[in-house]
Amino acid sequence: MSAASPAIGAGAAAAPLLYLDGVTVSFDGFKALNGLSFLVERGEIRSVIGPNGAGKTTMMDVITGKTRPDAGTVFYDGDNDLTHLDEAQIANLGIGRKFQKPTVFENLSVAENLELAQKCPRGIVRTLLAKLSPSQRDEIAETIRIIGLSGREHLRAGALSHGQKQWLEIGMLLIQDQRLLLLDEPVAGMTDRETAATAELILSLAGSRTMVVVEHDMEFVRSLAARVTVLHEGSVLAEGSIDFVQNHPAVIEVYLGR
Amino acid sequence: MRRADSLFTPAGWAWFLGTGAALIIGVPLLNALPQAGSFAQIPDYLVPLLGKYACYALLALSLDLVWGYAGILSLGHGAFFALGGYAMGMYLMRQIGTRGVYANAQLPDFMVFLNWKSLPWYWYGFDHFAFAAVMVMLVPGVLAFVFGWFAFRSRVTGVYLSIMTQALTYALLLAFFRNDTGFGGNNGLTDFKDILGFEIQAPGTRRALYIVTVIALGLGYLLCRFIVASKLGRLLLAVRDAEGRVRFIGYSVAYAKLFVFTISAVLAGIAGALYVPQVGIINPSEFSPANSIEIAIWVAVGGRGTLVGALIGAVVINFAQTWLTGSMPELWLFVLGGVFILVTLAFPRGLLGFAGRLQSLRARTVSTPVVGEEHAP
Repeated sequence: MSAASPAIGAGAAAAPLLYLDGVTVSFDGFKALNGLSFLVERGEIRSVIGPNGAGKTTMMDVITGKTRPDAGTVFYDGDNDLTHLDEAQIANLGIGRKFQKPTVFENLSVAENLELAQKCPRGIVRTLLAKLSPSQRDEIAETIRIIGLSGREHLRAGALSHGQKQWLEIGMLLIQDQRLLLLDEPVAGMTDRETAATAELILSLAGSRTMVVVEHDMEFVRSLAARVTVLHEGSVLAEGSIDFVQNHPAVIEVYLGR
Repeated sequence: MRRADSLFTPAGWAWFLGTGAALIIGVPLLNALPQAGSFAQIPDYLVPLLGKYACYALLALSLDLVWGYAGILSLGHGAFFALGGYAMGMYLMRQIGTRGVYANAQLPDFMVFLNWKSLPWYWYGFDHFAFAAVMVMLVPGVLAFVFGWFAFRSRVTGVYLSIMTQALTYALLLAFFRNDTGFGGNNGLTDFKDILGFEIQAPGTRRALYIVTVIALGLGYLLCRFIVASKLGRLLLAVRDAEGRVRFIGYSVAYAKLFVFTISAVLAGIAGALYVPQVGIINPSEFSPANSIEIAIWVAVGGRGTLVGALIGAVVINFAQTWLTGSMPELWLFVLGGVFILVTLAFPRGLLGFAGRLQSLRARTVSTPVVGEEHAP
């Protein structure tokens, strides 16, 4: 199976990379997403904020195929409807996800984690017979350098600190060469210095990758200087610059009014 | 990458080939010694017994591949073993020919006894060794593939999967108990005369069967090592520890599991096929759920996720069983249960993990402290 070739051209470039249209998900009557619609343009960084239960994680679950919506469609890169694909197929279309709780393969080393994530054929027999080429080795070493884990490549991932695991997970997305990165609370549990370094890393990727960042840390969101979407009760409450949404009466109402 | 590229270290090869040579050359040679009763002579009864242990070791190896590496606790591996055994048993039955009690050239004794007039279609072809040899691998492999196709694609995992594998082997137990199924009912298949034209009871044949079994065990070990040392092996560990995450980096968890589960079932089938001519019988009790659980105990005792541990566990437990059922038969089940509880509580990584801990403890007191864990999970 060949990966879908990126549609390059004047017409396609103008189309959004991700388009959620009227997505509804309910769990036992509770609507986690309620007719959620929004667009993400190619190459943009988008921050998604919202109070607990606003549907941020459910939205990521729908985009990555973990949860099937009851209604609505999710178009990616033209006319790929993600609601009909499973997790692995969606990952192979170029969508990567970093979970809220860092999930790396604890019994594998840092380098082995990256080796598994590295962009290459995902077939079982191909994986059985895979050998690392010199350029793949270099790429792993380079990624380890970018995520600041040089010298720890043979350390078991389970022995890393919380922040280091977050970075390793981001490194796994980078080496997978995904075009759309969904980052669920990438700086949760990080020290201020680690948070600043993470913001720098994300900003350095702007343009070459499209990113959707879910975060509670307003300082961090501000440092990304990106367009902000506020979710509330499963749909979009407000959208705009960080200053715009922070002064939006409805946003102040849901964040402070109760 | 540290353990990625070489299948074995030179020392590992030396160990593997040395042990193999000692088992393949040493045991038959000592058995063939002229003066019976001399100190070094290995008596005739011991050769098929060692062969049986080697079959169990191969069976344990096949379970460790799926349980230790991919996290699939199959409690039905005895079914694949028994199916391989039955395929071999059917060939051996056909070899009896007119030497049965009823001297019927067309039908095995039990079919004559049941008043059957003709051979059922599924016995066709078993006159030929090559056909039987293919079936030994094909039947368990196809069953595992079909079972796994439904189970793994529906994402049945953990204890639910274990229960389904128990149900699988229990269903087969009931089916094979029935006379109508056509595999000899509760007596199973026995009274074998010869294999490939050699008398099955002759010491020479027994030695040959033993040697073939040890070679099969060695090749099975190499195959498993090849898989677990490959990138796929690391993928399996990832599936074992964080299945959901593996999907999000684009691998098919179901196909990875299906691949090792099928290979594992084929290995178990081969073990069963080698077991039957050495013990001389195959009957439905091999399908009993308790048998399959016992395999998991061997692996747990030896240390799962190590391959070598599975071999050690199978041999140690079965040696203890042979010895204890001989001297104190009423104690055996208590000992087995006790050992399992002790190992689970005190040495969760089995004998091999315990040995590794002793070693690193010694290394730590003698030399500089060891950073991190030095043995593979």
